[in-house]
Order: sequence, then C-alpha cells, then structure tokens
Amino acid sequence: MNLNEEVEILKGVPLFGKVEPAKLKLIAFTGERMNYAAGQELFHQGDVGDAMYVILAGSADVLLETPNGQIRVAELKKNSFVGDIAILSDVPRTATIKACEPLTTLKISKDMFYRLVAEFPQMAIEMMRELAHRLEDTNQKLRDATSSKAA
Amino acid sequence: MAIRGPMHRSLFSYIWRHSRPEQLVILGLVVLAQVFYFLSLTVPKAIVNNGISGNAFKAAAEVRVLTLEIPLPDFLGGHVLRLFDGIRVDQLQYLVIMSFVFLAAVIVNSQFKRSINTLKGRMGERMLRRLRYELYDRILRFPPAHFRKVKQAELATMIKDEVEPLGGFIGDAFVQPMFLGGQALTAIAFIMMQNFLLSIVVIALLAVQMVIVPRLRKPVLVLGRQRQLTARLLAGRIAETADGVSEIHIHGTANYERADIAERLGHIFRIRFDLYNKKFVAKFWNNILSQATPFAIYLLGGYFAIEGHMSVGAVVGVLLAYKDLPSPIKELIDWDQQRQDVQIKYEQVIDQFQPEGMMPQELQALPEGPPPMLGHEFILSSVTVSEDGRLKQLDGVTLTVSTDSRMAVIGAASSGKDVLGQVLARLVLPSSGSIKIDGQDFFQIPEAVLGARTAYIGQETYLFPLSVRDNLLLGLKHRPIAPAAYDDAARMAREAFWREAERAGNPVLDPNADWIDYELAGATGPADLLPRIVETLTQVEFDEEIYSLGLRGAIDGNRRPDLAEKILAARKALHVRLQDPAYAGLIEPFDPDKYNKNLSVAENLLFGTPVGRGFDSDRLAAEPYVQSVLKDAGLDQDLLRMGLSIAETMVELFSGLSPDNPLFEQYSFISADELPNVRLLLQRLGGKGAEAVPEADRLRLMTLPLRYIEARHRLGLIDAAMEERLLAARRAFAAHLPDALRGEVEFYDVQRYNSAATVQDNVLFGRLVYGQAQAETRIVALISQVLTELKLRDSVIEVGLEYNVGVAGKRLPATQRQKLGIARALIKRPQFLVVNEAVAVFDGRTQDRIRDNILATAKEGRGVVWIANRPDQAEPFDRIVVMKAGKIVVQGEPAELEKKGGLYGELMQSA
Repeated sequence: MNLNEEVEILKGVPLFGKVEPAKLKLIAFTGERMNYAAGQELFHQGDVGDAMYVILAGSADVLLETPNGQIRVAELKKNSFVGDIAILSDVPRTATIKACEPLTTLKISKDMFYRLVAEFPQMAIEMMRELAHRLEDTNQKLRDATSSKAA
Repeated sequence: MAIRGPMHRSLFSYIWRHSRPEQLVILGLVVLAQVFYFLSLTVPKAIVNNGISGNAFKAAAEVRVLTLEIPLPDFLGGHVLRLFDGIRVDQLQYLVIMSFVFLAAVIVNSQFKRSINTLKGRMGERMLRRLRYELYDRILRFPPAHFRKVKQAELATMIKDEVEPLGGFIGDAFVQPMFLGGQALTAIAFIMMQNFLLSIVVIALLAVQMVIVPRLRKPVLVLGRQRQLTARLLAGRIAETADGVSEIHIHGTANYERADIAERLGHIFRIRFDLYNKKFVAKFWNNILSQATPFAIYLLGGYFAIEGHMSVGAVVGVLLAYKDLPSPIKELIDWDQQRQDVQIKYEQVIDQFQPEGMMPQELQALPEGPPPMLGHEFILSSVTVSEDGRLKQLDGVTLTVSTDSRMAVIGAASSGKDVLGQVLARLVLPSSGSIKIDGQDFFQIPEAVLGARTAYIGQETYLFPLSVRDNLLLGLKHRPIAPAAYDDAARMAREAFWREAERAGNPVLDPNADWIDYELAGATGPADLLPRIVETLTQVEFDEEIYSLGLRGAIDGNRRPDLAEKILAARKALHVRLQDPAYAGLIEPFDPDKYNKNLSVAENLLFGTPVGRGFDSDRLAAEPYVQSVLKDAGLDQDLLRMGLSIAETMVELFSGLSPDNPLFEQYSFISADELPNVRLLLQRLGGKGAEAVPEADRLRLMTLPLRYIEARHRLGLIDAAMEERLLAARRAFAAHLPDALRGEVEFYDVQRYNSAATVQDNVLFGRLVYGQAQAETRIVALISQVLTELKLRDSVIEVGLEYNVGVAGKRLPATQRQKLGIARALIKRPQFLVVNEAVAVFDGRTQDRIRDNILATAKEGRGVVWIANRPDQAEPFDRIVVMKAGKIVVQGEPAELEKKGGLYGELMQSA
C-alpha cells in the first residue's frame, strides 16, 4: 500500500472527511503504518495511552475487562479510529483492542496528533463533531436503555 | 628517588644536589671551548697579516706553521718546549693551511656550542621532569582534608605552567655566572694594566651599576610574583565556572560571573601594565649608567692624556677593553634577575605542596608481593573528629568492630554515622583518639594493603574516563603482576626509557604491565576473570545493562576472530529461528540478490556499513566513484527523477506548515529553510522534467532519493524494474571499487563478521520490517535467547565492558555509576567492606536486594559495616550501632535493641 492509496482510505474516515487531500497526505506520511496479526493487541486496558489509530484494513475487537472476565463490546471496521480518548484526556486506555484478522492501522502519536490539530483547526472541528456524535449516540443508548428498563 | 622531608627552599641547592656531575661536565666543556674560541679569533689576524699581506714572508720565502710549543715558566728554566716542529710552507700554502685551520676552529667551536647547549637543555629538562614528578608525588600524599582547600585547576597550573621556566634556567644556573664573570674579570684586568686610576673609576661605576640596577628591578620582581598568583587564581576561577556551570544557568547568574572575571582581568591588567612601566624605567637607567662609564673614560682619560699622564693609545686601549665589558655585565645582571624570578616562582610553587600532615612515603611504597591480611579487630578509642575544634562530627567514639562481623550503623542525618564510615576508610583523620587493628596503628598500615583488603563505597563514585572494565578493575591494581611482553626492539627502547626515568628521579614503573591482581579477584589469570566480573555485575544488578551496551557495541573482527566466529554462528542460528512462521515478515534479511525495501536507496547501493565519512549518505551523490557507477548504470537520470518527485511531494506536504514545526525536522527530506528555494526551482521547471534541471541543482535533487526507504516513506518510487537497476548498480559498485576506497565500506556478507556494525546488527544481519507490531521487542528477545543458548551472553557483556564511561562517568546515568562503584569494591573480595549510604540513589526495593547480595558476600572471614541510609535496612545485620550527635547511643543485637526500645525503636518506627 503506498501513500496515495492510504490517502484514498483516509478520505473515507469521518474524522478526516473535511480535511483537504494535501493535508491528508501529510497525515499519512507522518503517521506510522502498523500491521498486526490476528490476536495481537493494539493496546491493553489500563496502559498509558501514547497514540491513536486509524483502521486502514481488517477489523479489531473492542474488549472490556470486567470482574466477570473480558467481554467484547464492539467491533472496529475499516475507517474507524480508536485510542483518541486516552490521548485527549490523559487517562489510561479504557479498553483493550485486539486484532481479529490481519489488521493495518495508521498510528498517529500523541505529539503528532496535537501538532496536526494545531496546524489544521478544521481537524479539531471534525474531531469535536465526531465526539459530539458519539456522545449523542451514547445518550441515545442511555435513553433507550432507561426507557426499555422502565417499560 | 628519595623524596623525603620538606622540599629545598633554595632552588640553587635543589639544582646543585640533583645535577652536580652534569653541571661540572658542562663547566669543563665551557672552559675547553674558550681555547677554540680564542683560536677562531687569532687565526684571522695571522691570515690577514701573513697569508695575504705576506708580512712573515718578507724575511724568508718559507716559514714554519703549526708548530706546537709550550713556554715553560721561569722556575723550570724558562725554555720553550717544542712538541712539534711544524712544516715549512710558502705564502700560498700558508694561506691555504691557515684558512683551513680557521674553518676547523669554527667547526670545532660550533660543535662545542652545540654540545654545551644540548647538555644544558637535557639537564634542564631532566630537572623539570624531576620537579614535576616530585610535585605530583606530593599531591598523592596530601592529607584528604587539603583537597577541600586547594583548587584542582591551580594545582594543574602550577605543575604545568609555573615550573616550566625553571627548566630553561637550570642549564644556565651555574655555567652562566662563571662564564660571564670570567669574561668581565679579564676585561677589568686589562684595563687595570693600562691605567690603575682609570680602572678604579671604571670599577666604581660598574659597582654603582650593579647595586642600582637590581634595586630598580626589585619592584619588577614583586609585580612578577603578583602576576603569577593572580594568573593562578584566574585558572582556578575559570575551572570553577566550568564545574558550576549548571548552577550559573539555573540561577541566571552569568552576569555576576562576568563581573567577577572582568574585575580579575582588570586587576591582572593593572599588574601587567605596572610591570611594563617598571621594566622600562629600569631599562632606561641601565642604559644611562652603562653609558656613564665611557663618559668617564673620555673625560678622565682625555684629561690624563692632555696632562701627559697617559698615552693616547692607552686611552683608546681602555675604551676598546671597555667595549667588551658592558655585555657580560648586562647579561650577568639579567641572569641575576632571572635567578630571583625563578627562585620566587619555585618558592611559590613548593609552598603549596607541603601542607601539614602529608602521608609518609613509606605508606605508599610499592608492595613487594601479595598484600597481607588485615587483623581481626578494629578498636576505636575515644575517636573525635572536628574540623575547627568546636563542632564535633564524631565525639569520643569508642567501638570494637571485628573485621568479619556484619554490623549496621543507624542514626539521623547529622548523627555522624557517615563520618564514622569515612574514618574507617581513612578518608577522614581523627583529631584525637586512636584506632588499632590487633594492636597495630591503623594509620601506619600501608595504603596498598588497605586498598587490597578493605573497600569503601560512598554516596557517590568517581569514575575515570576509561572503559567500564578499566574502572571496575581499578581496585585490583596495586603493583605490576606480570611485565608487559615486548619484542627485542621495543624492550631496548623501553629500557632506555627507564634509564632516563631514573636519571630524573622518576619511578621505573610500566603502565603497560599487567597490574591486575587476579588472585585478589578470586581468579587465577586473565582467562577466568570474566566469570568473576559477571558474577560481581550480577550482584549489583548491572549485568543486564552492560549486556545491552554490549549488543550496541562493536568489536574488531580481526582482533577477536574467536568472538566474531561465535557471533556468526549466532547469526546462523537466529536465521534458522526466523523461519518459524511466528516471526514471518518481521525481518528483511540482507540478500545480495534482492532489493531490501527496508533499507534506504543509499544503503541498498552500498550494501554495507560506511566506515569513514567518505560514503556518508549526505555526500554519497557527490562522491566521484559513486557518480561514475550511477552514470554507467544509467541511474543518474532515474535518481534525478526520483529526487524531483520527492521534492514535489515535500513541497506539497510541508508548504502549509510554519517553519518551526518539529515535523520538518522529523519527517521532511528538505529542511524548512530550504523548502522555499526548492519550491522556486520546481516553479521554474514548470513540469518540464528531469532533463531541464540546471546543473547546479542536480546534486541536491539526487541526494534526496538516497535517503528514501520504500517501506517507510511509501511514495511508491521504486518498482520492480528500478529494483533490478539498483541491484545492477550495487554489483557494479562492489566489483569495481578502487583499492583506495576499500577501507571506506564493510560489505554485508553473510559469511563475514562486519566490524563496522554493532554486535546486535551482526547477529540480525537484516533490517526490522517497518510497521510490524512489536517486531523490535520480539526480535531483541529472540536474539537474547539465541545468544544465551550459544553461551555468548558473557562474551557480549565483555564487549559492553569496553564502553567508555566518559569524563567523570557522565556517559552513564547516576545509578549505573553507583552500581559500577559498588562492583569495583566487591570484585576485590575485601576482607572488610564499608558501605556508607552507598545505595541511597536506588529505589527502595533495589536497595534491599543489593544489600542482601552484599551481605551474602560477608562470609569466610569477610565482614561488612553498613552505614544505613534507612534504619530498616539494618534488620538483617548481626549487630546494630545507633548513633546520635556524633556519639554511640546504644549497640547490640537487633532483638536485644528491640527490647530496650529507646532511640532504636524511634528510628525503626520512623522508617
């Protein structure tokens, strides 16, 4: 996969949707492409977070450690990104991410992420939009959960 | 070699004592030289009068030359004793012979001059060497407290610079006054023969001159002394700035330092300028006075001539004789000034080198054989340590310590426990009280015995700028164990070197000899020392760190063929392991027939490690041989195209960024400063392609792709066809490499050890593939596994031991410096070990583990005194001493103390 192909994929990632292609190329160029075999972990719940990842190919499981053992709460597909919470709010990883098939990611280090945001404010806006979406999504789920409980 | 007692206060007696025979030889030569000097003056007269003017040949056609006759004094009959009849010659022959005699006299005369000067020079240099050695010897015997008063830079300046002028003077110390004095006396005698009264006047005037001029020069000498002192202080101050530079930066006091230095420089300037003034005033009066004598001769001599008391010829004779007087007199005065000057310098230096309480020389004598064991019992009786007599750091401590006991000392920070540790290592001398070992005075034990049988580790360890190994083994070097091996020529040179050393009073010791006392370390020789080193490093948990230094270190395969062979075996074993599918795709091995996507273009071309700077990737494109290879392979245009493409991408990617963005430095092929120029270049080209690139910009563009790594940068610049052409260029590069460049690159060859690469890279023989999760961790672990299986771990540690620790060990972090310090003490297997809060720099658990390891060594007659930085460290010890305010409060077994409670209980609870 060369840089231009990566840029094509990044165009499909909502976070970078509004970022102009030339900047996407910079993100792809400065980001580190990381490959994982099935079963390898991107990071483990409780680790210190130093990077976020954009899934370029393959899929991964989001696993939560609970007192009753590990449970799978979601699956990450191509174009999704993960690991942003730990680098944005300086908390340990909130979940474990494990590749369930050969996985290709673009790893964007914490430093790099902040530099990019500083250089390209539209990325920050996209990020906020995405986080707002997620929050709304979570609220929706909460509403659904409480209403179904009430029902 | 004896350097006993205080040094001579008088430089002259010092010189005379150590160079008497040489001075006498030189003096003899000077006297002898006068004969030939006289000859070289008289022969020209004979040549002019007889050879050319023919005066002697007016009476006879032939005369005798080269007759050798001695006129006998009257009491032997007054005859002339003729030794050689000479030969009869005519005028022309006379001229030729006498001219050659003149030439011979000149040559002999110059030979004398040369020999005398060489002898004087050698004697001076020997004396300088002796003096410098004696001063250094004294530094080694200074009482420890003295180093708190002197600055090291000042000591260095004194030994290096201040005694230097002494060397030049020593050769002239005795010869010069004799020689010049003789000349002056001759001239005065001649004047006396002409006219007694006139000679009295001349002598009187000379006497005035010799009294007044030195007096005028006195202030010059005083100022010279001040100049020397201020220069010394300046050197000390500059060294202080360097030592304390971080404090200056932290507190922002640079300008305060500037003020201080400017003040000092101003002071020095005033002294030096005064010196000039006074010097020229002295010179002025010197000139006036030396001209006063001819003035008196003209006036008085003229008067005598007019009155008829003296002939005009005699007056002229006196004047001529006087012509020869001022220069020896002046030189004598100069010599005298130089004498006073160096005498002052000498005194000022040696005053600094005889502090009170210097260690007697016997205590540092070279040991004859293996060091004897220490006794069994230290008895301290009312030991008091006090710097100024009031504040007592130790106050009447009475204590019995067995050398094989395991004793801990606890107390608060100011309890004096650390001072007790320093006293036991003889680093601090008690102001009163006594310490005895089995009845023998502790302070009379030779240093080498103490160095071999005891060890001390303080809170900080000083490391010399040598390898880890040299620092570790330092404590084993008390005497040469085995002489160095020399071939015949080298041994002869060595012996001549030592004879010279003896003449200058230097010791005949060979730093190249093997000084390592293997027995002390528990080994039998160089062969089985390594396991002991590894064991010691493990005791202080330093083995892993040295191991990884070893992996990153390099060895010269030609000098260590055995090790290189083993590492090649490890390479083979690793590559077998890498066949395991679990490791698939983590490593791209170096294959001469394949383009390596994880290497840069330059590395692929070179296919080896650059040794010098010649094939550095930044200048590779400019290297003529590389250029010819690229041209022959038709690659130069390709590289230019690739360079253009990279330039376009960089301009596209980085143009929007602010120039100080760190991304430039980390990722861009083109620096922020250069980017605008490159953008202009691309605009000028307007997409016209590589052919249109102006000559001046070609090199710059061709350099860009050399750093390009396909797997990392992913610009898709290298396709299969390009790979093939780069491979062809790689082969051509190796095939036609000129001999002159052969040393500049070590090729990747699976059969050969690469001395320019690290041990790890040699085992790996490939590159980690970019972007494979955890590739590095897994591969490094695999390499370690392979090396351990092949029993190579110790060998890698051996490589790591060669790591140079830098000035004061600053290339190692503080914890590693301290580990090395502890290991240095442990490898001696000391009979009696004092650990003075030496583990404080480590974290709590490491402290305890290292304590347990050290404690485990205290068996079979070996003991430890542990000055605890935390009271709870004392638990596993057999005996505990509790201190407070310089006194021992209580001591006993831990269980016993626990029952009593008191300060022990308080300390333990606070821990």
